[in-house]
Order: sequence, then structure tokens, then C-alpha cells
Amino acid sequence: MHIKEEQVERHVLAVLVDNEAGILARIAGMFTARGYNIESLTVADISADHAISRITIATNGPPYVIEQIIAQLDRLVPVHSVRDLTEAGPHVQRELALVKVAGKGENRIEAMRLADVYRARVVDATTESFVFEITGAPEKIQTFVGLMREVGLVEVGRTGVVAIGRGPDSA
Amino acid sequence: MAEKSGAEILVQTLLDLGVDTVFGYPGGAVLPIYDALYDHPKIKHILVRHEQAATHAAEGYARSTGKPGVVLVTSGPGATNAVTGITDALMDSIPMVVITGQVATNLIGSDAFQEADTVGITRHCTKHNYLVKQPSELAGVLTEAFHIATQGRPGPVVVDIPKNVQVAAAEFSSHNGLKNSRYQPQVDGDFKAINEAAEMIMQAKAPILYTGGGIINSGPKASETLCQLAELLGAPVTSTLMGLGAFPASSDQWLGMLGMHGTYEANMAMNRADLVVCLGARFDDRITGRLDAFSPNSKKIHVDIDRSSVNKTVRVDLPVIGDVGRVMEQLLAVLKGRKFNAPDYEEWWSRIKGWRATDCLAFPENKTEIMPQLAIRKLWEATHERDPIITTEVGQHQMWAAQHFDFEKPNKWLTSGGLGTMGYGLPAAIGAQLGDPDALVIDIAGEASIQMNIQELATASQYRLPVKIFIVNNEYMGMVRQWQELTYESRYSNSYSDSLPDFIKLAESYGWTGILIDDPADLEAGIAKMIETDGPVLVDCRVAKLANCFPMIPSGAAHTEMLLTPEDVKGTMDDNAKALV
Repeated sequence: MHIKEEQVERHVLAVLVDNEAGILARIAGMFTARGYNIESLTVADISADHAISRITIATNGPPYVIEQIIAQLDRLVPVHSVRDLTEAGPHVQRELALVKVAGKGENRIEAMRLADVYRARVVDATTESFVFEITGAPEKIQTFVGLMREVGLVEVGRTGVVAIGRGPDSA
Repeated sequence: MAEKSGAEILVQTLLDLGVDTVFGYPGGAVLPIYDALYDHPKIKHILVRHEQAATHAAEGYARSTGKPGVVLVTSGPGATNAVTGITDALMDSIPMVVITGQVATNLIGSDAFQEADTVGITRHCTKHNYLVKQPSELAGVLTEAFHIATQGRPGPVVVDIPKNVQVAAAEFSSHNGLKNSRYQPQVDGDFKAINEAAEMIMQAKAPILYTGGGIINSGPKASETLCQLAELLGAPVTSTLMGLGAFPASSDQWLGMLGMHGTYEANMAMNRADLVVCLGARFDDRITGRLDAFSPNSKKIHVDIDRSSVNKTVRVDLPVIGDVGRVMEQLLAVLKGRKFNAPDYEEWWSRIKGWRATDCLAFPENKTEIMPQLAIRKLWEATHERDPIITTEVGQHQMWAAQHFDFEKPNKWLTSGGLGTMGYGLPAAIGAQLGDPDALVIDIAGEASIQMNIQELATASQYRLPVKIFIVNNEYMGMVRQWQELTYESRYSNSYSDSLPDFIKLAESYGWTGILIDDPADLEAGIAKMIETDGPVLVDCRVAKLANCFPMIPSGAAHTEMLLTPEDVKGTMDDNAKALV
């Protein structure tokens, strides 16, 4: 007997929650407890009174699993709303990365040149290193980090995806 | 406003919420609460002998009375011992509030004595949980905890209270009630969906009502509404294990339980139906059998208060989110409004009649040994006029009880369905007896399961509870042995109940009456003696050791592939079937 793998699709969910102790563990733990995947997860409080946080989760699974993930999130008491941005239509996804590159000579010049092409900003520099700040869709970050590997990548930190629907309506 | 200690606020809030019974066990981290309870005799505290039993007793109390069960245990081992019962309540949607003591807030995380991360441990086996860090939050949190435990799909809520929060003082007035709760589950069904459901019902030629524990949770009125709906439709009714009693077993429309150990007629009718109306059930794997062969030709309506139950395992054509009792009322109103006149489904009923003729619950006659099915049947005959409350442990005896004990009313059947917890029955019977002191409460047990919470014999003695235990004793963990017979060529690995106690002497040592039945000729007299005897009675009923529970859908099989008799057993299964639970 062999274990079967299923076709998965990627979805980005926007979840509004009460900003209370343990909420992140509750959400993340629900994913592990039920065997769902988390590609990335970001959370920050977004309301003037700090009462509400927005969690952006990039997840993947077969459509029926995505449907379950949304229903399971929705039944958690501190969860106010769950929106499947992928399902809802056009939306913007952004991620920020800090990318440290070290090297001298041609590599250093090439790193600078590529950073310029990718609209990355230099936020720290020494005679033998740069730290670039880059924002963009996850694919763009991915490509940029891949290129930096070839010219002396030392370290990379990524925020994970935040996303928001296009147009005037709120999630 | 006067200041009160956290412990005092807790007790006062419990009183305000109408709590009169608490199941618990004291310990270091709840001493302030126990001291506060000392001054409040209006709250009856039932001292169990193990925290797991406190949770099952609370479940039994909740399931039989409809009120939430309340548990009070200490930190660390008190809380971890309660985890099994909390999980059981989550799986079976039982309203329960569990108050756990915790080490003082300044000690949390220091590996203090009897410290455990209760909130972390119970996060995924509760509907919701709290760590209360200020006594001023206690009244609000407890009120919300009861609201969450009882509203929507019921479930367990844990409130973890550090010891210094119990001692510290805060202002308190007893009307610190719940304002605008953030938790507001949908009760009424969507009107459009109800109309669509009515439309589907009006077009069906072979409909079936598949009912579950949600109807019991909705309250006794939902059972009445179900009867009205069934009467209007004239359709057959089947139920899950958890839903037994919602529909009277004496009705002509009753097909018996469905699923793994359900009746042939119920499972065949599910398979051949053109419309399945699922009312407060959740298409559990014990019900569906092989998923891709489950009720293949039917349209499906699913009424559930929990949206996550919809399309979890079985895709349905029409979900209706709401309280099942309320939705059935709405559906009835719409059907009546449309002057629905049910066809007599003549062809459908004649097919069902054919399946019924199989007489799938029949069992072989045995002059020398007591057949376990017969024991249950005789128990029913002797007690059913008294509307007994039946609890069970888990295993063969549980399935035989479900098959052979007929229920006419809701809240009379208490069993661990989702989690399948051995050791549930005795404490649940204690809880049920406390909820209804005059009821005849019988724990139908197995000799293996009963030993998992046997210490609770003492609790029943202490509170003078006339609980009856009827042990169907076959000297095996019978269901394990049955699966080994079906799947592993009768290699009985560790399923024999060796070194059994003398149950009669054991019962007597706790102040119970013990009765041994080991001859078919003594069965009726033994049962009669059990009923006549005042106080708690344990019956050790020795039954045929190798009897199996049929009919059965073996794992990985479809509803149409039931094993009806021992002759159908092959003794092995392929790996795909073995891998299923």
C-alpha cells in the first residue's frame, strides 16, 4: 500500500481576529492539528484601539481542503471574518525582504546592478557588503534572492505575504 | 461596589449562572476555590475519585438534563487527567465548563510544582479556552464561557485560573452579565435554502431522514418536531449512535441505527435513497463506510449548526446552516404552506420491507451460554416501561446496546460516540443519576471498560446513588478481539482480559450489591433482582465469550457489503482496509 498525494492549489486568506493572548497559537495550531499547510503567515494589529489583528495566511491544498480551512477558521471564537482573497478575485500581494550580500570586485558591482533592476534599496553598506530592502510579489522576491545567491548572498529575512483586495470594498 | 476575592467571584458567578452541581477533585492550586465553596452549600460538589471521571460525570449530567456540566480540578495532573473527558465532550458536542487551577501568574513558565500548560494542552480539545490573569475579568470570562459552551454547537470550554488570581480581590457586582457576545451562531435557517429543501423533498421518490446528536442537543422540542416532520413526510428514519432516542424506536418508520453496526435496512435504504435529509449529523466515518460508495444516487440536504461539518467528508447538494430544531420547524411550516401531501412511497417502502425481512439483528439461540444480545434484550424488556437512562462504556456491549435496547425518548442514551472512550459509562451514569435522582440509571458495561474508571464505585456509594452496572462479561476486549478475528486471522494479541477481579466481591467492598448471572436460566431473575434491589447494584453477567457483533460494515467497505453473520467472515483484509480505523 502507498500513501496518495493530491493536487493542491495556493490560496491567500485574510483573517480578522481579536488581538488577544494565544490567538496566533490557536490559528497556527488549528492548521497543524488538522494537517493543513501554512506557506506563510503574517500578523499585526490594525485597528486604532489595538483590538483587532489581521492575519494573512498563504496556504495550499485541494479545493475541498481550502473550503474546510476557511470553515474551521471561521468557527474559532476570536475570529471575526475569513476572506479567501484568491477566490474573491483581483488582489495585491506584497512581501518585504532584507537581503545581505557580501563580496568584492565584480560580484559587488553585479549585485548593485541587479538591485537597481529589481528596485531594491540599499539600507546598509560596508566596503564588503550590502543589505538590500526589496518589496514585491513573492515571485519577484524569490527571483531576486535566487540571483543574489550567485553574487554572494549571506543572509535573507522575509516578512511573508500580506495581501489586500483591489477596489473600494473591505475584506 | 464591594471587593471580593477571585474565588468568591467565581463561586458567586456560578450561582448567578444557575449552577447547582459541580464535579471535581481538590488540590493545591484550587484550595481558595474549595474554601469559597465551603460557604456555599447551594452548589453541590460531587467528589469523584479521578479527574477523568469528573468530566464524564459532567457529560452524563449534561446529556441527560440538557444543562451544561461543570467540572473543577486542580492544576497539572488534575487538568491533564481531565483532557480525555474534555476531548470526549468536544467530539460529542456536550456543553461543559471546566475550571482548572493554575500556578500563580508569576510562576507560570517556571516548571513550578504541578504546573502544566493547560491552555496549550487543551487548545485543540476545547471549543474555546481562557487563562484568566485578573480577578476583575473572572465574571465576564465565566459568563462568556457558559455562553460558548451552550450556544451553537455545544462543546467544552476550559477556564484556567492561577492561584493568585483566586486570592486577589476585585470589584464585583453580580449583574456583570454578558453584553453583546462576540459569539452569535446562526440559529434560523436561510429562508431560500429552506424553500429549496422543501422543493427537493416534494420531488423525492425515495427519501430518508438521517438524524444525529444535533437533534438531542437542540432540546426535547426538536425531537417532537422531528416526529411531526417524519409523520408529514411518511419517510423512513434512521439515526447515528448519538441521535438514538430522538425518534421513537416503536414507530413503523424507524429503521434502526445506520453505519458500521447499523441495521441492514438502514444502510441499504441510505444506499438506495434518492434524497438523504441529514438532520444534525455529520457524515462520520462510522456512518458512511467507503466514501465513494456512500449513498451514490441521492441528493443530499445537510442541516447543521456548524458550518465546518458541511462538505467535510461528503459533498452535499444543499447545506442549511442553523439549529436543527428551528430549521425543522421552518421546513414544516413551508411544507404545510405549500400544502405538501406526501405520496405513500409505496415502492420505496416495499423495498425497505424486503431488506427488513433479512432480520439482521437476529442471533443464534444458545441453551448453555447467555448470548450477549439476549442479555440486552431481556434488560430492555424488564426496564423499558420505566424509561431508564442507559449509559455505556465502549466496545461490543455498546454496539449491542445500541442495536437491542430500544429508545423512545431523547436524553436517555448516553454513550461516548466520537472519541470512543472506555471508562465513560460509570461516571456518566453517576452524573445522570445526580441530574435525575429518581430515574433508573443503568451502565451497560464490558468487563474491560468498566475497569478504566472502576474507582467511581466509591463516588456512587458516597452520594447514595442507586446506579446499576450491567457488565456484559466475555473476558475479552471484545471489539478488539472481533477485529482481530476479522482482520488478523484470529491472532488474539493482548485482547484477553486476564486476571479479572471477582466483580461481586469488588462491588461489595465498596458497599454495592453484587449479582452474578452465568446461566441463561437465571438471566431474567438476575435482572429482576438488580431492579428490585435498592441502592447501587453491579451485575456480572457472564456471556458467550466469542460472540461477535453483527451486522457489520467492515472497514473500507460500502453499505451494501455488510457482514450479516459469522459465515460472512473471511478472517483477513487487504492493507487498504487494515489502514482504516
